[in-house]
Amino acid sequence: MNIPIEEIKKELEARLPDVKFRPVRDSLLIEDPEDLPQVALFLKESPKFLLDYLSSVTGADYLDYLESVYHLYSMAKKQGPVVLRVRVTKSHTAVPSPINGSKTEAGAVQGPRDIKKIKAGKVPSLVSIYRSAELQEREAFDTFGIIYEGHPDPRRLFMWEEFQGHPLRKDYQQEDTEVLETTDIAWLEARGIKVPDEMKEKAKALHAAGLRALAQKPEKPRAG
Amino acid sequence: MLEINFGPQHPSTHGVFRMTVQLEGEKICGLKPVFGYLHRNHEQIAENLPYAAIMTYTDRLDYVNALSNNFGYALTVEKLAGLEVPERAQYIRIIMAELARIVNHIAVIGFMLNDLGAFFTPLLYAFRERERILDLFEAVTGSRLMNNYFCFSGVKRDLTDANLAVIKKMILKFPAFLEEFEALLTKNEILCMRCQNIGILSGETATNAGITGPVLRASGVNYDIRKVDRYGIYDRFDFKIPLGQKGDVYDRFYVRVLEIRESLKILDQALTQIPQGEIINKKSLSILKMPRNFKPPVGEAYGRVESPKGELGFYVVSDGTPQPWRYHVRAPSLINLTVLEEMCLGQKIADAIIILGSIDIVLGETDR
Repeated sequence: MNIPIEEIKKELEARLPDVKFRPVRDSLLIEDPEDLPQVALFLKESPKFLLDYLSSVTGADYLDYLESVYHLYSMAKKQGPVVLRVRVTKSHTAVPSPINGSKTEAGAVQGPRDIKKIKAGKVPSLVSIYRSAELQEREAFDTFGIIYEGHPDPRRLFMWEEFQGHPLRKDYQQEDTEVLETTDIAWLEARGIKVPDEMKEKAKALHAAGLRALAQKPEKPRAG
Repeated sequence: MLEINFGPQHPSTHGVFRMTVQLEGEKICGLKPVFGYLHRNHEQIAENLPYAAIMTYTDRLDYVNALSNNFGYALTVEKLAGLEVPERAQYIRIIMAELARIVNHIAVIGFMLNDLGAFFTPLLYAFRERERILDLFEAVTGSRLMNNYFCFSGVKRDLTDANLAVIKKMILKFPAFLEEFEALLTKNEILCMRCQNIGILSGETATNAGITGPVLRASGVNYDIRKVDRYGIYDRFDFKIPLGQKGDVYDRFYVRVLEIRESLKILDQALTQIPQGEIINKKSLSILKMPRNFKPPVGEAYGRVESPKGELGFYVVSDGTPQPWRYHVRAPSLINLTVLEEMCLGQKIADAIIILGSIDIVLGETDR
């Protein structure tokens, strides 16, 4: 059973007059991300909707901005979905990985970037209202770099902590897979096969990146 | 306090799942799941493929029952592009999806008992029946596990009368097997002692944490998307939703047994009602032949089905090009793990294994 978006709009305008929003394709776009928790809490607790179940949280990259999309359902009243979305600015671009030879100078030391230093848009976390957001917000942070403020455990979900960039962003550059290792080049040259200079430079950069990774290896194994 | 690393290479984690467990003696006082050992960025792969080609990749999500994943994705794209499905194809979809549910539940029960220490006997009993259904899948779809059988507005091959006769025979024989299975297990004293009052999950916690599928229903919450959304033609069949009372491991085991019985009921009705006719809409045949010419209108859709693991949702955004702009999978296996720590706290380490087994995760879907 679907809830018409006009009904929710009417109810929200009456109860939460300070919140600005507008409908976008059968969903509500909340203009200020800071308002999201109070809208969610209202929809969860209002006896008319009782949206007690947050089905899906995900991000999307629309080049100029990032979007965080929420699909809410009601288990008690068996109705839904209500789609909420917030937009946040994207103030930094994904850093290419050090193996991408042409972009980074070979040998330049690049420490693993602190998660907190990334200046991307921030969205308040919904974990305190819906626990189902816990892993999904971590996933959206991992793949899009949307920062959920107030998340109890704000780490990457799938990628390792030292990973740079956010792979589902449209400007993410994949690491160069056509890289040979220095030992491979030596093996090829020993058999009289000519290797282009570009390949040799890439191999050097890869070697340097490997040495850096060894130097930065943490002393303690990281806890899960 | 002792901190141990459980997995990723451990037979009872059902794949490459890892958790770090804090122990006091044998008691668990902390548990953190660690993901990503089977991560291949399924979503990014899909965003670079035409819509029809993604169907093949959805098989690899939950590889135990590929047909449910196919169903969910086909449903979403049909919603996005506004495609119609012919009557016979609707019935074939239901039949195949319910067979996949039986395969999944029976395998899960087998593996769960394997984790309990009932070494391989129940699993092989379960696999004997599973094999019959997989043989049918091979005859119909050409593949036992990676079926790739659904397509937009229809299915790829028809069920012949011989196939239908095989299914009919299977349904008739299945209750006898279930009774044998239950006689060995349901009131078995060892099983009851190991499963009852272990890993209790309350209904409120489950709802708030977004738990779906048999795990939710074992906690007594009546929520089945087949009944709520009535997607496909599920509104035409008469079936019940088994519910648990306590929400412990035993309830999760028994809800699955009862769900197999309900699936058999649906299959029986579908087989008597199935009409003759087309299996794919003629207008949509071109999508199969020229996948790059299929461009859904600009917009987005969220489709969901009741997969045997829980709610499997697909979120697809189209920008009018042959590839989706955004493709997201709401994986039930991942979200059902949100409450793993809560269920395991205060239990013994051996119980953590069976609690994990009773949630029923498949790492292809969890890590994507």
